[in-house]
Amino acid sequence: MTYTSLSLTLIFVLIPLVLSKTFKLGLEKDTIIATIRSIIQLLAVGYILNFVFGEGSIIYIFLMVALMIVAATLNARKKGKGIKGITWKIVFTLVMVEIVTQGVLLGFNIVPTTAQYIIPISGMLIGNSMVLSILFLNRFTAEITSHENEIELILSLGGTPKQAIHRQLINAIKASMIPTIESQKTIGLVQLPGMMSGQIIGGADPIQAVQFQLLIIFALLTTATLSSIMIGFLSYPALFNARLQLLEVE
Amino acid sequence: MTTIYEPAIHLQQVSFLVKDKAILKSITGSFPKGKITTLVGPSGAGKTTLLKMCNGLLSPTDGLIFIDNQTITTYEPTTLRKHVGIALQAAPMIAGTVFDNLALPLALQGKKLTQQDAIQYLLDVGLDASFLHRATNELSGGQRQKVSIARTLINQSSILLLDEITSALDRQSVQDIEALIVSLNKNYNVTIIWITHNLQQALTIGHYTWVMMDGELIETGESSLLKAPTHPRVAEFIQGVNA
Repeated sequence: MTYTSLSLTLIFVLIPLVLSKTFKLGLEKDTIIATIRSIIQLLAVGYILNFVFGEGSIIYIFLMVALMIVAATLNARKKGKGIKGITWKIVFTLVMVEIVTQGVLLGFNIVPTTAQYIIPISGMLIGNSMVLSILFLNRFTAEITSHENEIELILSLGGTPKQAIHRQLINAIKASMIPTIESQKTIGLVQLPGMMSGQIIGGADPIQAVQFQLLIIFALLTTATLSSIMIGFLSYPALFNARLQLLEVE
Repeated sequence: MTTIYEPAIHLQQVSFLVKDKAILKSITGSFPKGKITTLVGPSGAGKTTLLKMCNGLLSPTDGLIFIDNQTITTYEPTTLRKHVGIALQAAPMIAGTVFDNLALPLALQGKKLTQQDAIQYLLDVGLDASFLHRATNELSGGQRQKVSIARTLINQSSILLLDEITSALDRQSVQDIEALIVSLNKNYNVTIIWITHNLQQALTIGHYTWVMMDGELIETGESSLLKAPTHPRVAEFIQGVNA
């Protein structure tokens, strides 16, 4: 694709801007910021990946993955700012997700140990884990706020924090995982996944593209389950103090 | 309070602040063991906060609480909450049936409640066996309060904290609950601390009364003080309630 062709795709940015202005949605500023950020970020990543792939050093791969984890953590932690130590809990979760998934993929030689595979796959899995963490934290804090009386009741009867918050924890874990599971049920029917579409547009064999997509969706299931459960079980103790009293959640 | 009784709960200069707002202001006093003490006063006086502190759901910002002559912090919170039971004003329920709720206190300890025992607890609070498998979201406010009281009794606490448990009940139910509380106190020597807006109830059921206003303990003594209060603010409050 030429840069001229690419610049023509800005029509797709113009349409929402016009619609937002017409219907007074007030989204013009956010749309422009999002567009500029995506151009800068993706171009920067393109050049960085070009450099990393060229060098092929494991240190650069490690740094790229670390950068993804830091960026994902900074984004996800906003939703759990009322939970003490949430930053490190998210970092730990993302690191574990990366270790488990890449451990299987590289350990069984499913994909080659090269930057071309490790970095894009890590990006997809860490990105998914970040979204799952945000969904979980959003739902979890809402569940606690709306069921504070029930949590207090169980504590007042001599229950432990784990017993008191069990229902809210399980509800939040399930709710955060549903989008991943549901989207996988309709994959290929309603939507062609981005990675697979990209490979096909890039000229790859569709069967090969499907195989890689399957690899990703299976890994995403592990990512979703691990992220929600880990973030959940790491977070809930921070909601109680040493006297087993429920702390206020923002 | 001219007490010769051993205190079940003693508060020593207990204060509680929320974002610099004083909910309780240096409260000192005792709840006698084996007696019924009622807490009266206008809304926002800090009565519920005080009860939650005695059950360990809240901790004082300042001051000490003693339960059976031991500072509250020496108790494991879960042990304390079984020893000092509380029936919360909102009568919160877990999703499920009346039986699920009655079974909850024992389930938290890994034990089971028999249906027979559950029915007995229901009868004690004036509900018949047909309520056992009814969904809690089908209960009226008064029925919820009764289930909440029955559930609090299951831990067989030696101190019971009751937060306006009869506010949503009809006259007959109020009398049933009052009889139950008196019986628990008389027959099982359970110490009762009871928040009520019903001054007649405080006079007839309570042995002692605390009158609280704006986070302060204004007057305390035998319940007869409600007939002849010495503090002008208490007199004004009683006059207002009776008007």
